[in-house]
This record gives sequence, structure tokens and C-alpha cells, in this order.
Amino acid sequence: MAKSPEEEHPHKALGWAARDSSGVLSPFPFSRRENGDDDVTIKILYCGVCHSDLHSCKNEWGVSRYPLVPGNFMESESLALNAPGCVATHEIVGVVTKVGKAVMKFKVDDKVGVGVMISSCKKCDCCKQDLENYCPQMMLTYNSINHDGTKNYGGYSDMIVVDQHYVLRFPDNMPLDAGAPLLCAGITVYSPMMYYGMTEAGKHLGVAGLGGLGHVAVKIGKAMGLKVTVISTSPKKESEAINSLGADSFLVSTDPAKLKAATGTMDFIIDTVSAVHPLLPLLSLLKLNGKLITVGLPEKPLELPIFPLVLGRRLVGGSDIGGIKETQEMLDFCAKHNITADIELIKMDQINTAMERLARSDVRYRFVIDVGNSKL
Amino acid sequence: MGEISEQVNQKNALGWAARDTSGLLSPFTFSRRATGEKDVTFKVMYCGICHSDLHMLKNEWGVSTYPLVPGHEVVGVVTEVGSKVEKFKVGDKVGVGCMVGSCRSCDNCANNIENYCRNYILTYGAKYYDGTITYGGYSDVMVVDEHFVVRIPEKLPLDATAPLLCAGITVYSPLRFYGLDKPGMHVGVVGLGGLGHVAVKFAKAMGVKVTVISTSPNKKKESIEHLGVDSFLVSRDQDEMQAAMDTMDGIIDTVSAPHPLLPLIGLLKSNGKLVLVGAPEKPLELPVFPLLLGRKMVGGSNIGGMKETQEMLDFAAKHNITAEIELIPMDYVNTAMERLLKADVRYRFVIDIANTLKSSS
Repeated sequence: MAKSPEEEHPHKALGWAARDSSGVLSPFPFSRRENGDDDVTIKILYCGVCHSDLHSCKNEWGVSRYPLVPGNFMESESLALNAPGCVATHEIVGVVTKVGKAVMKFKVDDKVGVGVMISSCKKCDCCKQDLENYCPQMMLTYNSINHDGTKNYGGYSDMIVVDQHYVLRFPDNMPLDAGAPLLCAGITVYSPMMYYGMTEAGKHLGVAGLGGLGHVAVKIGKAMGLKVTVISTSPKKESEAINSLGADSFLVSTDPAKLKAATGTMDFIIDTVSAVHPLLPLLSLLKLNGKLITVGLPEKPLELPIFPLVLGRRLVGGSDIGGIKETQEMLDFCAKHNITADIELIKMDQINTAMERLARSDVRYRFVIDVGNSKL
Repeated sequence: MGEISEQVNQKNALGWAARDTSGLLSPFTFSRRATGEKDVTFKVMYCGICHSDLHMLKNEWGVSTYPLVPGHEVVGVVTEVGSKVEKFKVGDKVGVGCMVGSCRSCDNCANNIENYCRNYILTYGAKYYDGTITYGGYSDVMVVDEHFVVRIPEKLPLDATAPLLCAGITVYSPLRFYGLDKPGMHVGVVGLGGLGHVAVKFAKAMGVKVTVISTSPNKKKESIEHLGVDSFLVSRDQDEMQAAMDTMDGIIDTVSAPHPLLPLIGLLKSNGKLVLVGAPEKPLELPVFPLLLGRKMVGGSNIGGMKETQEMLDFAAKHNITAEIELIPMDYVNTAMERLLKADVRYRFVIDIANTLKSSS
């Protein structure tokens, strides 16, 4: 008979999980594995609430919509949802409580973080080039299935055990709560900015969507010396975007006159919007050779008009988080430039309300759960 | 007084034009401007038939004006040059592609990418600087600003070189720009028509391994034995497509009809690039997950600048690359258009203008 989540592993753990596609979370006792030689055990203090958590808890990325791609963990993700519960999140910050014999990088009491992945093959070209995020065997922090058939549970819980390779050192001067969202939101925008060359001071970056990812992209863009324009459907975000986040300008994407005036002015756009949305208005904002990089994950395919790509030699690219080395680099960069997320701190038992508000984009700009001070 | 002498010096020209959206072509007399000081006048020898001609003849893009004289893969022999022309002389073999003008002052023009100038002037169906409508190469003579004329290398046969002026540059430019030209790379070519077969030849000459992706299994034998393709995938064969997943550094997609992008994105390795050079009028579905999960890109490209077009011709000469053509007389052109619609040509029609465009037709 299959073991219950509480019995699977030796260490009891408490978390909050979604049981079905209603996405409603409730207390969930389960267990974590023994701390192996390469492992670090972390007492979780804070975790960010990522929009992916909402998608996952409600099974909005059901595999039936996506044909099988080799190594597609989405299939295992959807299967995993049918198992006892989905304990989400991958923006985890805490303190080391135990290290395995082979662990050199961390010691007890170190402040550390865990992001979107907890394992990869370590042997393929991607892993060898510090691109574990593109490894076909990459294992997500939550909702993935291990080789032994047990399931991985994320950070809406009191502790986690992770291979040291996938643990990040938290910079000393970075506050733990406001730094947590960088572990997914931060690296998700930092990596494409580096890869697609959005680092040249003076270039013009558009950031579509001013939420968890978008607001961090603005801060990182400004720190790189870029001119930054926020592109948003919400006019009321303008004042804060400019006065508080430091954006240079703000475009309401539903205003045709404003869009027209900004035609062909941007070198890059980071598109953080996770709902289905039209690409044509964004493509028209790009200069010749401009790049639209999509990092949000809409459930359905988007419509791609081809003429703007051909006539302006533009491209649409994707990017998926970043490797561990780059994630550490991003944290150090943010610490150097005093970049953290703008957060709303909540307790664990407020998570369902937070999810409802997140679905309406009613948050400035990331919920972070004060796990350490919550009753689980 | 000036105006009258200009009119006197205008040339009578004979071409074939469509008068309406039926797209049917028939003889059409018109006049070309007098040879200006920077102009090159040449007798047209051959003109390739591009699929764009078909779209324009039937006004499928909504921008056509009639009468429409198509043709932007034009080669011929210089008969007159203006007083300030430096690059060409009478007797030179020359070609004209998709553009005959641009603003000449913007950054793009200054950087030799006139094809991305906001005000570039198409070889046919566009308004020239003097307000007249441009007429293309389905005609006996052309007058073109020397900046938009290219030299045809001596060793290249004129008829089989004509298609390079559009098809050739259209695939050469993105192979270079997107870095899909490094020996040992693996590039896919979608669609084995006018553009596709030339893409295969260029990529092979660059040392690239080439896989053709096509809906037509009957093109396989010839593509491997004759064009030198390394492998051939029938896009409707799911097993073949699945086996080739994650194998390509890039793909040049020449198909202009609507088609699914998901299977093509699946063929790309991580960081791979899908480049579209055919332009379907309606948007295509872009599945976002596969793009993200492999950091892949979908880009576009539009012909190439004049400098690069000359470079492309010189590269073609060096590697003995020309198009595979079916030479036709002028009065076959309507039948050719019907066959082109069915993709029934290996792989480009070229009109034998000099020998068959007659005033008595």
C-alpha cells in the first residue's frame, strides 16, 4: 500500500496544500527526506507567492493542452496534482539547521534561499554550462516527482531539505522577506536581460505588466542604466511606477494614441504578463532588430502576427528562470544596488485571500508569507 | 521647357500588366523616365517569377494599384548610364531586386540596410520620388538609380541568377544575421520552393548540415540526391518529427501559407532560432511554453540591403550557386501563375524576356 505523505519520509513537516483544482489551500501534514551527505536542511522563514503557484494550485496548465515534448516535466506536474496535495512556492528563504557531511558551501545558521529547481542531471551540456534550468531532467521545487516516485513539496511549509548545489547564499545586507521574491521573479527577469543583451546603458527597455516580475524588472533595468518604460493596462499604476519605482515613462497599452506615439522606440520588451494578451501592440513598439522576450506563462498559445517580425527583423524569444550560478549572481547584483521586491507580508492562514487578490492583480507587488511567525 | 525635353527623352516601354484583381497579365505599353544623371538604363534579359508577384497581382495584401507590372528578380545588360554613374558602364551585366529607392538619409540607409528604411520604394507597385508608379521587370527596359543596381558576376548565367535577386537575398540575409552560417551547425529549411531550394544551397556552401522539412514526400529523393540535403522530414509524419526534436540550431521557414509553429519550435535545440521569411497575412499561433522552456526565439527577416545583395551574388559566384529554373516565354506567364499557385514548379519560373516579349504579342 502506498505510504501517506506523512509516512513517506523520516522527518515530519507541516505545510499548506491545495487538494484539488479549486486551488483552496489548507493545512497539510507531510514529511521530508533524511538530510543526505550533499543536503542542507532549511527552516523556512519566508516564502513569496508567485503567480505560478496560483496556476499550479488550480491546475491551469493541465497537460492536455500541450503535446508531449521529451523531458517535459509539465506532464509529471499535472500527474502530481492528482496525488495528495500541491504544496506550492519556489521563493523560499530561511536559515540552515543541518548540513550533510559533504557540504562545504554552507553551515548551520547561514541565511539561504531556494528557488524554482532542486535537482538536475548535472551531466548534460546544459548543466555543465551552469544552465541547469534548461536541463531536460531538471526537477521543479514543487509538484515534481522524484525517481523513487515520491513527490516534491514546496515552500508553503516549515522546513525543506535540498541538495546544496541548488541552495543560494543570501547576501548579508539583503532583508529576507523582501529578498524572497528575487528567487523566482528576480532571476526570471535578470536572466533574459543578460542573455538578450539588455545591459547596455542608454538602451530603451519596455516592461509589460507591472506585477511581481514587472516591478523587479524596472528596478534591475534602472540599475543597469537603461531607460525604462512600463507598459500596463492599469492607468492608476502610473504615479507609483514613476515616482516610486523610478520608471522613466508609462504607457497605457489600451490607449491607441499613446501606443502610436511610442511606435518603434524600444530596443527590448520584457513581457511579464501571464494572461493571454495581444502581441501586435507590443511588437509595434520595438525598433528594428527589437526583441520581445516573454517570461510569463499564459495557458493558451498567443497570436503572433508575422509581418511586424519580417518587416522589422524583430524577434520574440522566451526565457525560463536562470541557472544556479546566475541566480547567485543576480542576488549579489541586487544586494549591491539595494534592490529588493516591494512586498505585502501576510500570515499563512491568509493565503487563500491572497490568492484571490493575486488573481485580480490586487497586490503591490508580491505577497510574502511570514512562515516563521505563522501558525501552520 | 525642361518638362518637354524630359517627355521627349522618355522611353517607350513594353511590359505585361494585370489590370484588375483577377491578376491576369497581358501586353501593356507605357514609358520609362529619361535616364537621369544617376540612373542606369538596361535592356531586360530575364525576370524571375516570385510568389510575391502572385500575391500582388491579386491584391491579396490590399496594397496593389493597377495596371500592375510585376517583377523584382530582373537581370539585363546596360544600354545607357547617366553622367554621374560611377559603378556601371554600357555592356555590363546587372540586376535589380525588390527595391529601387529609399530615403538615403536615415540610419538604416546609412548602415546599408535600405530594406528597413521606412520609406523604401518597391520595384513595382510603389510611388517613386517623382510621383509616378513603379513598374517592374516583366518588361523590356528598366531605368534604375545606380545605388539599387547590382553587378552580376561574370561566371553566373543570367537566367538562373535572376531568382537570387529576391529569393537569394531573402534567405542569405537571415542565415548571416541570425548566425546560422557556422560550419557544423544544423539548420532546417521549411518549404522546398523558390526560397527553400536556394536556402539549401547557401547553407550547404556555408558548411552547415541541412534538413528539409516539407509536406511533400515526393520531393525527398531530389532534395537529397540533387540539392545535397542531409536529411528530409515529412512534416505530417509525427514519428519523424518526434525523432528530430531538439536537433537544430536554427530553421529558415519559407512557407507563406498559415502553418503550425509548435512542431518547428520542437525541432530546435535550446537557444535555437526559428526565422520566418514567408509572411502569412494572418497571425500564427505561438505556443509560449516551448519557447520559454528552451530559451528559443522566433524572428523575421525581409530581403537584404544593397551591399549585402552584392555580397550574396559574389558568394553565389564563388560557390557556383544559381537557382533551379524553368525558363518560359512571356505568353506562358498566366499558366505559370496557375502552376505557381499549386507549387508546381522546380523551383522558380524565369521569363525569357529578351527573346519572347514582343511588341506583336
